[in-house]
Amino acid sequence: MKTVYVDNNATTKVAPEVLEAMLPYFTELYGNPSSMHFFGGQVQKKVNEAREQVADFLGADPSEIVFTSCGTESDNAAIFGTLDSYPEKRHFVTSRVEHPAVLNVCPYLERKGYRVTQVSVDREGHLDLDELKESLTEETGLVSIMYANNETGVIFPIEEIGQIVKSKGIPFHVDAVQAAGKIPLNMKKSTIDMLSISGHKLHAPKGIGVLYIRKGTKFSPFIIGGHQERGRRGGTENVPYIIGLGKACELAKKNLEEENTRVRALRDYLEAKILEKIPNTLINGDRNHRLPNTLSVSFEYVEGESILLLLSDLGICASSGSACTSGSLEPSHVLRAMGVPFTAAHGSIRFSLSIYNTKEEMDYIIEHLPPIIQKLRDISPFWKDYLKSREKG
Amino acid sequence: MWDYSEKVKDHFLNPRNVGEVEDPDGIGEVGSLACGDALRLTFKLDENKRIKEVKFKTFGCASAIASSSALTEMIKGKTLEEAEKITNQDIANYLGGLPEEKMHCSVMGREALEAAIAHYRGQKPIKEEFEIVCKCFGVTDREIIKAIRENDLKTVEQVTYYTKAGGGCAQCHPKIEAILEKIRKEMGQEGLPPKPEKKRLTNIQKIKLIEETLGREIIPALKADGGDLELIDVEGDKVYVALRGKCSFCPSSEVTLKQYVESKLREFVSEELVVEEVRS
Repeated sequence: MKTVYVDNNATTKVAPEVLEAMLPYFTELYGNPSSMHFFGGQVQKKVNEAREQVADFLGADPSEIVFTSCGTESDNAAIFGTLDSYPEKRHFVTSRVEHPAVLNVCPYLERKGYRVTQVSVDREGHLDLDELKESLTEETGLVSIMYANNETGVIFPIEEIGQIVKSKGIPFHVDAVQAAGKIPLNMKKSTIDMLSISGHKLHAPKGIGVLYIRKGTKFSPFIIGGHQERGRRGGTENVPYIIGLGKACELAKKNLEEENTRVRALRDYLEAKILEKIPNTLINGDRNHRLPNTLSVSFEYVEGESILLLLSDLGICASSGSACTSGSLEPSHVLRAMGVPFTAAHGSIRFSLSIYNTKEEMDYIIEHLPPIIQKLRDISPFWKDYLKSREKG
Repeated sequence: MWDYSEKVKDHFLNPRNVGEVEDPDGIGEVGSLACGDALRLTFKLDENKRIKEVKFKTFGCASAIASSSALTEMIKGKTLEEAEKITNQDIANYLGGLPEEKMHCSVMGREALEAAIAHYRGQKPIKEEFEIVCKCFGVTDREIIKAIRENDLKTVEQVTYYTKAGGGCAQCHPKIEAILEKIRKEMGQEGLPPKPEKKRLTNIQKIKLIEETLGREIIPALKADGGDLELIDVEGDKVYVALRGKCSFCPSSEVTLKQYVESKLREFVSEELVVEEVRS
């Protein structure tokens, strides 16, 4: 069966160049970078090179790069590492639409006696900057806001937010897991103090992430151990994956333009055709402030898991914000925070593209999606009701 | 990805009896758009009062559609008295099982059938007479009780899997807990399986549980009398402990151990445990 993979916000294919760069570090060059002998030393040199590649991609200094195990660890480390450094500050500010790596830390912090503010978004997915501004107090220990939303692709005005946060002298963390590789990042000209990225969202393997920590930022290590990562993250370096991520960042820098031109054009083509061919379809999130690869679309009166499984039966891999796919019973917290009506939230599908997608693949989706939606609408009791109510006017 | 059986996949990809029976004898509607799944079941009887024609329309996930399709196949040709004996478990079994988190789909099928039969008999919709426990999904105490009894449910989580109750804001969890306790007790008195059997523990789980039990049930009482107790080792079902403080030279320690510590550990950890004292 043909596979059309359009779920790149979930994970991406490891680029062949990345895999190739990694392989020697499993077999021949397996030394520990901390060792005193030449065998470890040559590996340390390559780890340093990878650190430079990542730093170059982020517009940072290599000393500001901390390798972690994943995006979630980076987010957790930023939050706990900062709050631990300011024990007297008992207030944490974030948004209602964060990834679970930040969102689910909130109830934990509340149990520990912190006050948490989760700033709202509007129907288009935009953050309420006034609410954010008003929430900041002397007590606020950290503001953590995602750069772009993983479900809708909506981009937040991070530098504008950073201005507000930094004017109060509060540390500012940004989860850029979805933004990296799609939005140009330059920490030298940024208000961001800490930034999380994840390898497997940009064609490196799963199991590697980065936390950028601006020089001079107070930070207590989240994983305590050896002196690795300048004492900011214990544990022997995951050498092959670090090498892989370095290569992936080098490629991502090169591919940034293609993501914003060719991939964007493919996404726009898919979106236009879906809207043209399928009635009662809504786009979730502001179309003008969106990642170039992401399309969140809702089909009224049908349920997302059913759509996904029928797509999957044809080899098309997408994802959904519907309740049934997550095992929870409510639709995605992002769509609910945006106030997407239930008629549409349950039937939301996310297509997320990468540079490996082609126009033929978009045409394949466009060919097969309309009959799938029609089939499910024919089964749905609400579709006929809707058609009847429309006839009556 | 959910691990659906081949039969679930088949009924989802090729649903049987989709549509609405014209001029039906009974109509049952359950669920809503807001809840994420809904089912409209319509049937017509023949001259012998058997279900001649039955159709469904479902908004929901794959297992909701498959459960609806299965239900229609199961009740075709049956009398209403026969049909109403079908439980949600029967629907799940017909489909070769459903993931536990999706059992509410089979419950929705059974409820739609019940509603359609009630409609045919001119009975009022049942829902109004009962208290709504879960406001997020509009689930009544009656539905929860029925699911507990028919499926031998033991935890709030299971109640959520089977009825969706408690799957939203979670505010009704204490209420569900209270219903569970009451119904489990009633079921116990009726001779139904009363208590969950203790799960087989791994060695690490066992040691952890022993430590917890000692710390919670036993050591505080000993300490109150100026004594103490230390866990030395666990070997299979033998638990080695040493008495400290006043207890260590207490002549009745042998009795203390055998009766008190052992009975507590057997109650909370495993029936098989034997306590041995280590003299140091």
